[in-house]
Amino acid sequence: MLLIACPWCGERDETEYHYGGQAHVAHPADPHALSDAEWGAYLFVRDNPKGEFAERWMHAAGCRRWFNVVRHTVTHDISAVYPAGQPRPVPPSDEHSEVTA
Amino acid sequence: MTVDGFALAHLRRSPLGHLADRLAAAEATGPGGVRLREIPFLAQLNLRLDPAGPAAARAAEALGAPLPTLAGSVVATADLRVLWLGPDEWLVVGADGAAPTIEHALRRALGDEPGSVVDVSANRTTLELSGPSARSVLEQGCSLDLHPRAFGPGRCAQTTVAKVQLVLDQIDAEPSYRLLVRGSFAQYLADWLLDATGE
Repeated sequence: MLLIACPWCGERDETEYHYGGQAHVAHPADPHALSDAEWGAYLFVRDNPKGEFAERWMHAAGCRRWFNVVRHTVTHDISAVYPAGQPRPVPPSDEHSEVTA
Repeated sequence: MTVDGFALAHLRRSPLGHLADRLAAAEATGPGGVRLREIPFLAQLNLRLDPAGPAAARAAEALGAPLPTLAGSVVATADLRVLWLGPDEWLVVGADGAAPTIEHALRRALGDEPGSVVDVSANRTTLELSGPSARSVLEQGCSLDLHPRAFGPGRCAQTTVAKVQLVLDQIDAEPSYRLLVRGSFAQYLADWLLDATGE
């Protein structure tokens, strides 16, 4: 079981949360300008990295707020938790990134 | 509660009214004692507004206390408890029958500011678990750290107890807890607590 630190409520069990998929997927500025393939890519195509992954979580059994988590998809190590709407924090330079997007 | 002058209060059924005898019979006294009872029909109002906006100060004035801004904290007045539910969301708990008065005061405080005041009294009933063993009973189904170093009077949390979502509000250091649980989950939670108090 993951122990996730909600930015407001603090550390809670994974079972209190709802998973929201990849974070920072921006809605297209002009959806009508997109081809079907581009719209399909926006809707359905997501990164699947082996390594650090920024994803959305919602504290469903608690304060019901969405926020972002950077989780390592292999080790489940959570390196950052930050409020929705904020950019992904830049990891410290001495940390080796295994992202192979 | 009246509609067109007819008193309807005697027609109300609380979710755990039929369990009152069993809850009372489960009381244990002494140093390991624990008591369990339902507090039915508490007034509950869900308040949402911008904590930095002008309505927050007006709501504080209407309630007689500032809205708690620290996550998981409670502000209590003589007859109200204001529980933090989120950065812009609170639950105001008052006595049975007080909901219309509180709602009116909060609506006036909100004015034209963005936000909402909703009477959610019928959403949940309240179980009160108290006594020296109350914490160890609760810990059998709650993963929060309820030790006094981390939790105490004036603290609240939305979490799960025995997999049931509820609002947990610690009233005093005896300890006494209020568990505000949805009506449809109340029977299950009461049965679970009765079983847990027997251990």
